[in-house]
Parts: sequence; C-alpha cells; structure tokens
Amino acid sequence: MLKFVAMRLLQGAFVLLGIYAVTFLLVAATPGSPFSSERAIAPEILAQIEAFYGYDRPLGERFLTSLGNFVQGDFGPSAVYANRTVTQIIAESFPVSLKLGSISLLLALLLGVPAGILAAVKRNTWLDYVPMSVSMAGICLPTFVMGPLLALVFGLILQWLPVAGWYGPEFMILPATTLGLYYGAYFARLTRGGMLEMLNQDWVRTARAKGVAESTIIWKHCLKGGLIPAITFLGPALAGIISGSFVVETIFQIPGLGQWFVRAALNRDDFLVLGLTVLFAAMIVVMNLLVDIVQVALNPRLKYD
Amino acid sequence: MFLRKLRPYLGILIAAIFGLALASCRGGLPETEKAAREGILLIGNGTEPKTLDPHLATGVPESSIMRALLEGLIATHPTNDLEPEPGMAESWEHNEDFSVWTFHLRDALWSNGDPVLASDFVYSWQRILSPALGAEYAPMLYVIKNAEAFNIGEIEDFGQVGVKALDDKTLQVTLQGSTPHFLSMIKHSSYSPVNPRAVEEHGGMTDRQSGWSTLENFAGNGPFRLKSWVTNQVIEVERNPHYWDAETVKLNGIRFYPIDNANTEETMFRNDRLHLTNTVNPDKIAYFQEIMPDKLRISPYLGSYFYRLNVTREPLTDARVRRALTLALDRQLLVERVTKGGQAPASGLVPQGIPGYGASTTVQYDPEEARRLLAEAGYPGGQGFPGVEIMINTSEAHRKIAEAIQALWREELGITVGIYNQEWKVYLDSQSNLDYDIARAGWIGDFVYPSTFTDMFTTGNGNNDTGWSNPRYDALVARSRVAESEEERMAIFHGAEELLLEEMPIIPIYWYTRVLLQDPRVHGWYPKLLDAHHYKYVWLEPEGEAGGQ
Repeated sequence: MLKFVAMRLLQGAFVLLGIYAVTFLLVAATPGSPFSSERAIAPEILAQIEAFYGYDRPLGERFLTSLGNFVQGDFGPSAVYANRTVTQIIAESFPVSLKLGSISLLLALLLGVPAGILAAVKRNTWLDYVPMSVSMAGICLPTFVMGPLLALVFGLILQWLPVAGWYGPEFMILPATTLGLYYGAYFARLTRGGMLEMLNQDWVRTARAKGVAESTIIWKHCLKGGLIPAITFLGPALAGIISGSFVVETIFQIPGLGQWFVRAALNRDDFLVLGLTVLFAAMIVVMNLLVDIVQVALNPRLKYD
Repeated sequence: MFLRKLRPYLGILIAAIFGLALASCRGGLPETEKAAREGILLIGNGTEPKTLDPHLATGVPESSIMRALLEGLIATHPTNDLEPEPGMAESWEHNEDFSVWTFHLRDALWSNGDPVLASDFVYSWQRILSPALGAEYAPMLYVIKNAEAFNIGEIEDFGQVGVKALDDKTLQVTLQGSTPHFLSMIKHSSYSPVNPRAVEEHGGMTDRQSGWSTLENFAGNGPFRLKSWVTNQVIEVERNPHYWDAETVKLNGIRFYPIDNANTEETMFRNDRLHLTNTVNPDKIAYFQEIMPDKLRISPYLGSYFYRLNVTREPLTDARVRRALTLALDRQLLVERVTKGGQAPASGLVPQGIPGYGASTTVQYDPEEARRLLAEAGYPGGQGFPGVEIMINTSEAHRKIAEAIQALWREELGITVGIYNQEWKVYLDSQSNLDYDIARAGWIGDFVYPSTFTDMFTTGNGNNDTGWSNPRYDALVARSRVAESEEERMAIFHGAEELLLEEMPIIPIYWYTRVLLQDPRVHGWYPKLLDAHHYKYVWLEPEGEAGGQ
C-alpha cells in the first residue's frame, strides 16, 4: 500500500509540473495584457509597469524564474490587484471554497446514497420511481438554472433563506443545496445500480434461503460492494464540484476561489491564473489518490493493480 | 413495512423541517432597517476594488470607496458639479491668466494623527508622477508645469515641476498654461494626497506592491476610515473622529458590497440588504418603472456611447460614407426601443450637461441626406458597398444595439454589415491596433469639462484609435490650452467638435445615464454628472419607508 501511495504521489508531481508548463505557455500565448484598459497608457509608463512584473524578460527566463519561485511557495504578485499577492488571495478564499465544496459533497452523499439504496431495495415500486425521476430532473437542470430558482423560491417568495453573501451558517444552505442536488442525483443513480448488482448475486439468494434477515443482507453484506460505483464517481464529482463552484459563487456572491479564477482569466492576471490552476490540479490529484485508496480498501479485488 | 424503512430517515427529516422553520423566523427587522437605525449605509459597489491606493486605482468602484477615506484640496459638492467645495483647502487664489494657483490649507489631521501639510501634496504628486510607480492616471497631472517631462523621464529633478509648498499651509501650483477649470480637475482621485509616513513605512514612494493601503496600514484624511475589508464580501468604513468636519458627518458607517452580477445585486436589493445598487439590468428597467418607480433612479451621466470608424480602411476612408452611416440612424428609436434606459440620443460627441457648454446639435436623423451622400460616394442604394463588420466586446447589451443598427442601415441605406464579438482584452488590442472596421466604444469624462472628450481625437492620441488625423483639429485643441478667456476657450471647443463632426471618424449614438435602485430612506444622494457623492452630506431616515421627499 505504501509503495502504491508513493508511486501515485510521484506521478502526481509530474502531472502538476506538466500542467504548470502548459498553463504558463497558454497564458503567455493568449492575446491581451493585464494592463490594457479602455484608457490608453503612455508607452513609457507601460514599460515601467511591465518591468516591475518581469514581463520584459524573455519567455524561457520568466518560466524558470517563476517555476523556481513556485516550488519555494512564492506564487508571485497579482498583476491587477495591486498590493495583493497570489498567496494572500488563495489564503483568503480557499477556506471558503473548501467549506462550500465539503458541505455540498456531504449533502450530495447524504441525499443521494440513501435515496439510491432505498430505490434499489424497493425496486420497481413508487419508492424507486419517484427518487429516480427527481434525480433525473436534478441531472438535467444545470446549476445556473437551479441556483436562481432556489434563490427565487426560498429567498424572495418564501423569504426563508438569504439569497447572497457568506456571512453566517444560513448563507451556506442555498449554494450548497444547488451544487449538492446536482451531484446527489448522480450518486443516487449510481448507488441504485451498484446495490442492484449486489442484490442480484447468487449468494444473496442463498443467504435469504438460509433465513438471514433482509436488513442484515442489505447493510452488512451488500453495502460495501454496492457503494463501489458511487465511490468511483467521487473523484469526478469532486472535480465537478470544484468547477461548478465558479457558477454558484457568482450567483450567490460567495467570496471563494472560483470567482477569482474567472476574474483572473478575464483580466489576464498571469500569476494568479497559474497559482489557481496548479492549486486546483493539486486538489484533484490528491483527491483522486484518496478515492483510489478508499476503493482498494473497499474492494480487495483491486489490490493487485 | 414501509414506515419501518423510513425510520432512519425520520430523524433527518425532522431536523430539516426544524432547521427551515428556525431560519424562517429571521430576527424580525430587515437588514436595511437595522442598518438605517445604526446609521450605516449599504451600497452595492460593483466589484472588488483592485486597490485603494489613489495613485494606482483606475476604476469607479475604487473611487467610490476612496472618496469616503480621502479628501483632496477640493472635495465634491453634493449637488452642483461646477461649484468647488472646499476640502483640505479652505481658500484659494489664482493669477490673472489662471496659470498659477495658491491654496491655503485648513487645519486637518490624518487618521494616524499626523497633521495635513502642504508638503504632503508635493510628496503625493511626486509619487504619482514618478516613472517607477507606473501610475496609469499620471497624465491627469500633465497640466502642471513640467509634470509630463518628469513623468516620462526627461527631467529627473522634481523641483522643476510646478508644485511647491510655500510653507506648511500654503501650496502653490504653476501650470503649463491657462487652466480656469483646474478646480474641476483636482477633484479627481489622482490628485489625492497620501500620508507620506504611511507610504514610506511600507515600501517607499515608488513601490507598486506597497502595503500602505491595506486595512491595517491605511491612513486617510476623509470623513471615514477603514474598519474592515473582507475580500469579495464587504468593505466597511466607520466614522473618522479626526476628520476636520466630523460634526457634519451624519452617517456612522458605510458598507460597500462588491457584487459583480447585476441580477444577484437586484435580488439583494429586493431582499432588503442594500440601500443603493450599482446598476440595474437594462432589460429590467421597464419592469422596475412599473413595480417600484419610487426606487428607480435615472439621471444623466457624463459619458458618450459611440462607434469608432477605422478611417484607414475602405470604404470608411471617405468622409461621405461615414456621414451617411451616421445620419441614417434614428437614435431616438434606439434609446426608446432598444436601450430603454432613459438615455439621451447623442447629437454630438460631448454629452449635454456641462455648464457653460451647450451640447452640439449637429448629428441628427436625416435618411434622405444619408442616401444622397452614399450615392455621391459611389454606392447608390447601397450597391457595391463592401462588406464591413461591427466589432463589439462580448455583451448582450452591445449586441442588441449592434443588431438594431445593422437592421436600420439595411433598411435606410440598403447595405449589409456583419457583427462579431471579441473578448474584452482582445477587443482592446484590436482597437489600438486598428484591426477593425467599426468598433463599439464608450467614454466617461474624467472631470466636468469638454476637454476630457475633445482631447481624445488629436493625432496619435492613445485614446484616438481611429486613425483619424486632422492638423486643424490638433491646432484647435492646442489653442484651447492657451486661450485667454473662458468664452474664447468654449468657442474653440465648439469649433473643434464641429470639425470632428464634419469628418465623422466616430458615430455618436447616445449619452449615458446612470440607472440605479435607491431606497427611499437615503437622503442627500443627488444625481451628479460623474456620480460623485460627498458621503458627509448623506443620511438615512430609519423607521419604515420615508414618505415624500
């Protein structure tokens, strides 16, 4: 197991390096400069600004300098948000996105997995059809439709919940629900499929014949195997929640990384884009590793991979 | 059997219902009422400010906040854009030809206890003009003698620049030429003083990354001081007890909310979380006029929406074609049916409302003349007119206007034009590189005076971007700077604008309005041409919707 983890971490480091290089080149190749605006800048002033941020040096030198700084933890200044460094921006907004992401994932699991188990156990009854139809609707409605819809119903019409901001626990409910419902729907369908596969096994029929209680069969025997598809989906789900957060953060005005990412790209804030891209990539690499470890633990058949 | 299966979920269900019920009894009072009782104004401020350093900031959200924290020589008058409101300067004189101004500073303190001295202004203006700082708005100070030379590195001794502290309380400014409107110009944030001690202690005069303007280190001389700054959430300012006129300030604090999305902002306003919004979604203006007319505010704004014409490309090289394109547009129709924001159809470049400068009325809707000109240029009925395209930056609002104009030209002139959109930064590059046929453009004045518009189109000016060059125009603009009386100067501006409108390197479309939602409890917030409000005169009336007034 240890060797497995070490190998994966090493692979992850190479992946991150590759992502860094590609992002750097893409950003350098994109037309537009962080300093262009509707108001023209005198060429002399522009030259001063560019020299300050190192834009006047050749591409190769910039790449190596910034990579060197990066591995030492210095992500550089923000070219557009003067007086702020990328590290400061990440330190301020990462906890928010992490919180939002975790709560959304938790919600997705708490809603989706039990619904899937229920649907599988009560297959072909209305307890199966209703949750699955709702989950289909959840998958079809993108977050930028679901979000404003929830805000309208619960915020403006019923006046139960606040519609924007991040000032306290009640502000987390709507955004987390928006993201959570979408992935909960996927979890529900996957769990249902996995449980059904387990419940149709021969040894389950044998156990029933031997008089084992139904609840024991479900919870003690089938659950581990039935959760495998859902666990496998955790990796992409996390990636999706991270990227879905961009939309949700804009709709609900949440001060997270997603908003910064969009802004940085639009402003051509090179250092910020690089820092955030590598951060997201690192998160996905680590999360996928964790998911793989959990999978191996749940499904010993995978150990020999 | 079913109920038993449901039992484990029962707990969650009950908890959820309980939680929602709790959430629904929200403290009773709406947020706006609570804030009004505490004397705190809640403003939607558009976007997270890039910086609060007045010498590096360039945008409107930044200046809204800086106006609460800093005060220059002349402050903003609450109602009258042309009347100078004393700020740090309690009195001033100028010489006969308005080229030397002397300001007498009042006794005032910075928020860190330092007295405000004339040398603070010398330091500050040297800072923004220092080439190493790379301040984008440094050209605002070029009216000062030798400021431009210092800024581009031609001279290195700031002593030669025309600003001197004659003593602790007297500041003398020598200008390049006669500038009677100097007092309007120095209201701009680029002329703002900064506390030299704070700047020096945190990086020095020319450090772009200086930490002096952060929450912990900010030193200001305005009616408010920074209380909290939660990135992307809220910037809160509280009453500054060191402010020279603290007794007049009625508000106890202001919270600026950086909300990028106009729809989210609208939802917040309707959810009683904001007293003032930054904008209103143009599609919903008519809707708000119906359901809350008392809260919708539409007022003129000193900005011009126009299309740039690339005069170096066929067929736009011919002035007759450009005039034809302009005269064929029914601007009244555009503002009534397409933009619907109460904008004024533009009959010239410089918007109406500048006191002393009657807006031009040259540009009208005259389809007959347009068709005649087009035929004269060699394209009767639009035949043979080469394909040209309108370039817009990606935005639904701009697209709607472009499509309307496309249809109007097809109808009136028989020509077909295309439309394409580019992402903002790419669009900016295309404009400066003259890589377009027709480009959508806009310009907001920096100060209330015609020159902020007419200066743009001189030969080679960085904001020209049309390729148009007319030596007579350049000569007129140059003469306006050395004219001897205000009447002469205004006449020269008129002459320059009419010359521009004869050759038509741009197509004026409409003059901006400022549209926002305002809670009736807010008082002292008057429509201003540059939307600059002096917060010390703003106050809130608590206890329900204010009747009348």
